[in-house]
Amino acid sequence: MNIGYYPGCALHGSSNDYEQSLRACLGLLDVQLQEIKDWICCGATAAHSLNHKLSLALPARNLALAERDGHKQLFAPCPLCSMQLLKVQKAIAGNGARGELAQIVEADLRGDSQVLNLIQVFQNIGLDRLKAAVKIPQKEITAACYYGCLLTRPPDVTHFDDFEQPTSMEAVVAATGAKTVDWNYKTECCGAGMTMANEDTVLDLAHKILSNAAAHGANCIVVACPMCHVNLDMKQEAVNRRYGKKHGKKLGMVVYYLSDLVGLALGISAEQLGIDRHFVTKA
Amino acid sequence: MEQSLEDNVLPQGTPDSFLLGALAHTHLQDCYQCGKCTAGCPVAVRMDLAPNQLIRLLQLDDSETALRSSTIWECVSCQTCSARCPKSVDCAGVMDVLREASLAQHKAAKPQHAVVAFQKAFLDNIRRNGRLAELELIGLYKADVVWNTGRIGVLFKDAGLAPQLNKRKKLHLLPEKAKDRGVVERIFARCSARCSEPEKK
Repeated sequence: MNIGYYPGCALHGSSNDYEQSLRACLGLLDVQLQEIKDWICCGATAAHSLNHKLSLALPARNLALAERDGHKQLFAPCPLCSMQLLKVQKAIAGNGARGELAQIVEADLRGDSQVLNLIQVFQNIGLDRLKAAVKIPQKEITAACYYGCLLTRPPDVTHFDDFEQPTSMEAVVAATGAKTVDWNYKTECCGAGMTMANEDTVLDLAHKILSNAAAHGANCIVVACPMCHVNLDMKQEAVNRRYGKKHGKKLGMVVYYLSDLVGLALGISAEQLGIDRHFVTKA
Repeated sequence: MEQSLEDNVLPQGTPDSFLLGALAHTHLQDCYQCGKCTAGCPVAVRMDLAPNQLIRLLQLDDSETALRSSTIWECVSCQTCSARCPKSVDCAGVMDVLREASLAQHKAAKPQHAVVAFQKAFLDNIRRNGRLAELELIGLYKADVVWNTGRIGVLFKDAGLAPQLNKRKKLHLLPEKAKDRGVVERIFARCSARCSEPEKK
């Protein structure tokens, strides 16, 4: 199966371990990622904060490029990229922005390709098929599935799962033979793009998420977002420096991309998945 | 009288059909101050005005205070307020509108300069490169913060992460760029026409 692939900047930047994981894992499941030719940044938080029109135009250009390449489906592994693409489709359907957007981005724009997040890609592969392909059941894993903000919110844009109590990631994790925990922070925000500009916020929120997962018996957190991974994995040492005294010990919470866990279950090595390039590598 | 963002907040004489379309279903008068937005907001405690207070100010036609608040720059755009509002007031969308207007009218809160500088540096970066060049973004963002706030310490912030990122092959000295950067430049130009008003001295 070939699907259109919009990596976004993070996966070609400091979250390139996520792309490595996706290609290794999905490749083994016969999903080939066809990268959109000459894609551009979606503008992320900066665009929707400072220039609304630009926040539609930049992803609209990518949608148009995907359509030009003939992709019926467009996989965006970053939930922010994915949400921005979906917002464009909503704007096209709702207030007739299609004509003006097409002019702005210098390309025809239909807005009819199906935008997918990582969980949906696994759902399309089929959880039964996934289960059948498992070689190494992940029995030692007790995962806290962390959705963060934008996989499910805003619900009138994403139309995905229950935005307060989502369970779709747990279903994928269960297919790998791993256990999951009920916990309180699965849809709370990690501070996302504020990693640099407002670190206090990120450390506070990441600390709450990490310690709640630990308190509920999880031995790892599973994410499907590059920014969630940055804030929970790369910033975990900074979280420990600030809040470690409160606990008397370091958190040491491994943070997997969802494709890492599926990949391990399929028998792919941690090195092939890029897990050895994470910051926290063992509990 | 129905208060609208169009009348109160957006720069005078520059209506933007996109912006208004995005908020077409938000009626500020619908808010009855239940406080659900604030109760669920992960960063309300850091704001000078809670999200429900911000909406109340707009109902009372005081956009000036809203535009100068720390609230709009502390907001992390997690969308929880909008998702939970029983009256479908898109509070996170209102935050976007306020940020855009605050910047255009030179009213962004000074203590939140780092966030403003980061978002501006991010967009400038995309305008030049088409895709994010992380190291360039960090360099120019830090330079802006030092220049405008005198906080020299920001230069050394996270400097220790660089070798660790490098070891993990996560640093890119030569970043990817989009090939067709001309079209990126033109998209920015077409979207930025109404962006900034001249600063009043």
